[in-house]
Amino acid sequence: MTHVNDLVSLLETEGIPRQGEHELLPARVWQIESGHWGNAARLAREAGWRWSAGWAEDLGDTLRVNSLLEKGGKYVLLRTEISPQTPELPSQTPHFLAADRCERHTQDLFGIRFLDHPDPRRWTRHQAWSGDEHPLRKDFPLAGNPLEKTPPDKDYPFVKAQGASVYEIPVGPVHAGIIEPGHFRFQAVGETVLNLEEHLGYVHKGIEKLAEGRNPEGLARLAGRVSGDTTVGHAWAACLAMERAAGITIPDRAASLRAILAERERIANHLGDMGAICNDVGYAFAHYQFGRLRENWLRDNRDVFGHRLLMDRVVPGGVAVDLDREAIERLDTALNRLGRELDELLDIVDRNTTLGDRLYTTGILTPQTAATLGCLGYVGRSSGQSFDARRDAPYPPYDQLKVKVPVEEVGDVGSRFWIRYKEIRVAMRLLRVLLGRLPAGEVRVDLPELDEGAEGLGIVEGWRGEIITYVRFGKNGRIDRYYPRDPSWLNWPALERIVLENIVPDFPVCNKSVNGSYSGVDL
Amino acid sequence: MWRQYVKMLKTGLKTESLRKIERDPDVERLGVEVKRLIDKDFAGSLAIREVDAGSCNGCELEIHALNNVYYDVERFGVHFVASPRHADALLVTGPVSRNMEAALRRTYDATPDPKWVIACGDCAVCGGEFGESYASCGAVENVIPVDVKIPGCPPPPAALLGGILEAMGRRRIKQ
Ligand code: SF4
Repeated sequence: MTHVNDLVSLLETEGIPRQGEHELLPARVWQIESGHWGNAARLAREAGWRWSAGWAEDLGDTLRVNSLLEKGGKYVLLRTEISPQTPELPSQTPHFLAADRCERHTQDLFGIRFLDHPDPRRWTRHQAWSGDEHPLRKDFPLAGNPLEKTPPDKDYPFVKAQGASVYEIPVGPVHAGIIEPGHFRFQAVGETVLNLEEHLGYVHKGIEKLAEGRNPEGLARLAGRVSGDTTVGHAWAACLAMERAAGITIPDRAASLRAILAERERIANHLGDMGAICNDVGYAFAHYQFGRLRENWLRDNRDVFGHRLLMDRVVPGGVAVDLDREAIERLDTALNRLGRELDELLDIVDRNTTLGDRLYTTGILTPQTAATLGCLGYVGRSSGQSFDARRDAPYPPYDQLKVKVPVEEVGDVGSRFWIRYKEIRVAMRLLRVLLGRLPAGEVRVDLPELDEGAEGLGIVEGWRGEIITYVRFGKNGRIDRYYPRDPSWLNWPALERIVLENIVPDFPVCNKSVNGSYSGVDL
Repeated sequence: MWRQYVKMLKTGLKTESLRKIERDPDVERLGVEVKRLIDKDFAGSLAIREVDAGSCNGCELEIHALNNVYYDVERFGVHFVASPRHADALLVTGPVSRNMEAALRRTYDATPDPKWVIACGDCAVCGGEFGESYASCGAVENVIPVDVKIPGCPPPPAALLGGILEAMGRRRIKQ
C-alpha cells in the first residue's frame, strides 16, 4: 500500500485535508473538499498516478463525485460532496485528459459543472432531453418528458478548420457497414486527415438510470448488455462489485469458471477483430479463416455453455453453468485444434507483404500519447502501457495464476493486430491451466440481501482492458447506483490522434484496430 | 504464397451444403426457401441495409456471422448494402434510442418502396432489457412500421435466416 500512503500524505502535506477515509476494496477511499478537486488531480498526476474512472451519485441532500486513480496496481478513490443547489467543482481534465469525456457525461446527466473544463460542450446529451434536465438526478423520472418525435442532433458545435482546400467529411451516425452508430467529422486536405472529431452518444439507452431499483439478478442481466461483445466482462465486474458489497467470496470453482468464460470471450473477440482488420485492407483469405475459427469457437460456446456469446452465464454469487469431464475434454481438444490452426495461419499472414504494407506504420499511437490518454487493453499495450488488472490488481482466480502481459512499443495498426494474437496465446495458456485444475465444489452461493448504502467496486480485465464498476445498494436490497466504465472511454480519444496525418481511406482499418464499443460508452 | 494455397486446399469448402441438412437443419432448409423466394421477387437478389438503432452490439456480432464461411448468406442472393437507397429491406437492431430515432426515420424514408422492415433481436421486437424510457423509444415498431420480428438475445444466425424467409413469405401474401 505504499503508493496509496505516499499519495494521501502528499495530499495532506500540500494542504488538502482529508474529510474521511475508508476501505472500498480494492481501493482506499479518500474524501476531500470539493475546492481541492482539481489540485488533488494535479498532485496525483505529478506523482505518476493514472486516472481510471469518474462518476457521480445523487444522495438526495448532496451530490457525490468520485474519481478512481491507479498506480502500481493500487487504487485510490477520491471523493467529494457538493451541494445540489450549486453543483460545481474544479475539473480534473486539465491535469488528466482521460477525465474529459467522463466529466462531460457527468455534466450532462447530473447537471454538475466542472468549472475549468477545457471543453464543456455536451457529450451524451443530444436532443432527447433539455440542458436543464438531468436524468440521473433522483427527481428525474425514468420515463422522462420525451417529445412525440426526437429531433435530429444537427447543431453539435464541431471544431471547424478553415483554409483553402480544406474540406469536411461528415460520416454517420448510420455507417456503411454492419457496425454501431456514431458520428465522425473529418477535416482533410487532399487525402490527408487534418483533424477528426468523434461525436458519440447515439445509442444512449439510459443504462445507469435503468439499473436503479433492480435486484442483483436484474443488474447482472443489464450489465451483460452494456456492450454485447463484453457480456462476460461487464457481468463479472458488476457481480464482483455486488459480492464485495456483501462481503462474500464466491467458491473457487465459480471463480475459475468465470475466468474460463472471460478468456473464451477474449479469444472470440480477438479472432473476430483480426479477421476484420484483414478485411479492411482487402485480405479476404485471412478474413474468412479467422471468421471460421471464431464460428467454431462460438459453436463450442453454444454446445457447452448454452449461449454463443455467453450472455447471462455470470450471475450474482457465481456462475449459471458447470463443466463435466466430457465438456472439459471437448474444450481441451478445441484448444489444441485452434493452436494448430493459428500456427499455420499466422505464418501465412506474417509472410504476406501486402498486408504488412497496409498495417505497418499506419495509424501510430505513440507511447506518450497513450500514457496521456490512459489507454487500456490492447490499445494501451501496443503502445507501451502494460497495465493488466489480471496481473497488476489480481482478483480470483488470477491471484493464483501467472499472467504474462505482452507489450509492444510501435503503436501502429500492425502492433494492434499482433498484440491481439499474443493475447490469444496467453489466454489459451490460461485456459489450459484453468481447465486442467478446475477446483471441486459449488458454482454458486446466495447473495445475502444488502443493507442500504452497501457499496462495492468491481475491477476486472475485460477483453478490451480494465473495466471499472461501482455499485451502491438502496432500500430493500435494490440497486441505487450502477456505474460501468468500459475501457472504450479511454480508448476512443486515441482514435482521434491515431488517424492524424493518415489518409482518409485508412480510417476504417485504424478504427477497427481500436474497435471501441459505442454502446459501452453511450450507456 | 503457396502456403496460403495449401491452407485453402486443406481448409476445403466449409460452407454448409445441402447435403449437410441433418447437421444444421434450420440453416439449410431456410436458406433454400429464402433463395427460392428471393429468386421470384427480386430477380436473384435481396439487398439489406442493417441499422443499429441502439443495440448493445450483440445482435451485430450475429449478423456478421451470417457472412462467415459456414452460413455464407450471399450464396442465397442476400447481401448487405452500404446505403438505404440500395436496399429492399431494413434489418433493425436494438431498442430505438431517442438519439437514433431521427436517423432511423430518415433511413426508412430514404429506402425506396416497396420496402420492409425486419426487427432483429428482443430489443427491436419488444424493447428487451431496455424497454421504454427517457432515452429509449423501445420496440422498433414504435418508430417505423415493422413487417417481421426475429426474437432472441441475440438471435443466432439460423434464426436470422429464418426471419428473412418469413419476411419474403409475408410479402408474397401481401401481393
Ligand atoms: S436483443 Fe440482446 S443482443 Fe440484441 S441488442 Fe438487445 S440486448 Fe443486445
